Amino acid sequence: MDALEDGVVDGNAIGGLLIGVFGAEMTTAVGTCARCGAVGQVAELAVYRPGLGTVVRCRSCDNVLMVFVEVRGVTCVDLQGLAQLA
Amino acid sequence: MAGTAVRGRLTWQTATVHSLVDETASVRTISLSVPDWAGHRAGQHLDIRLTAEDGYRAERSYSIASAPGEPVAITVERLDDGEVSPYLTEELRAGDEIELRGPIGGYFVWEPALSGPAPLLLLAGGSGVVPLRAMLRYRSRVGSSVPVRLLYSARSWSEVIYRAELARLGDGVQVIYTLTREQPPGWTGYARRADQAMIAEVAWPVPQAPLAYVCGPTNFVEAVAADLVALGYPAQQVRTERFGATGTP
Repeated sequence: MDALEDGVVDGNAIGGLLIGVFGAEMTTAVGTCARCGAVGQVAELAVYRPGLGTVVRCRSCDNVLMVFVEVRGVTCVDLQGLAQLA
Repeated sequence: MAGTAVRGRLTWQTATVHSLVDETASVRTISLSVPDWAGHRAGQHLDIRLTAEDGYRAERSYSIASAPGEPVAITVERLDDGEVSPYLTEELRAGDEIELRGPIGGYFVWEPALSGPAPLLLLAGGSGVVPLRAMLRYRSRVGSSVPVRLLYSARSWSEVIYRAELARLGDGVQVIYTLTREQPPGWTGYARRADQAMIAEVAWPVPQAPLAYVCGPTNFVEAVAADLVALGYPAQQVRTERFGATGTP
């Protein structure tokens, strides 16, 4: 996969980014949407890479679950769209 | 959950290109010597990072094409407007060094214990065949007799990756092709995009509790996964990996 040149992919594509952030394999972790309560493995979530960062959305209600932006080697993480990630 | 900021912890390392094999006119397999490789699972990927002289960096994910226990290899399709794949498929030479990190991923992986005696259904769109090839090689390597069907959708016969290897599999593995744009003279196989009727013909019956892996462009994966679920496959028995809109196999 020469992933991510455009369009929507899935959480498999951000496995490396997530290991960098969480220090563990996270694509099999289960996320719960804070808006609609949908539960899904990270690998199955919708992932957009508009250029400046990475946006992860709920497949049920399109809520933004996670946002990652890298600035000078530090990854800024916004997980406010998740009720739980376990 | 509250916001936070942390430093990356997955280590980038330098790998050396060991050998290059042209699979098709636009697809190349790159075998790598990775000094500090922890070993991988069938279906995992790695990230490649290229750094330009001015410091600009581009990063891409590539499925690992080799089985666990084999040297690390990736198979890369050249995308004409890509930032990374033209370099990997045209410029890179044996002995060159590249930066990578991995292995990555724990969801789109196959191990004999995951499927038990149940049959495997592999569905590939274009270069989505790459991680599935790692699974097929692993199956052979460990002497698994799990029955496998692979449906491989490609635009034309000349764009089929691993053609010779797939023809040699035999032994419990059935490979079914659909050529969506152009077919060789006398072609008797499928000649259309995968649809529900095709999936129904190819898929193992639901009572056999098959495990399915679908990999390819996003539109291919979503259509095929929906067809499988409509046939009665439980969603958790259908594992998917999408790699964006890079053409329509």
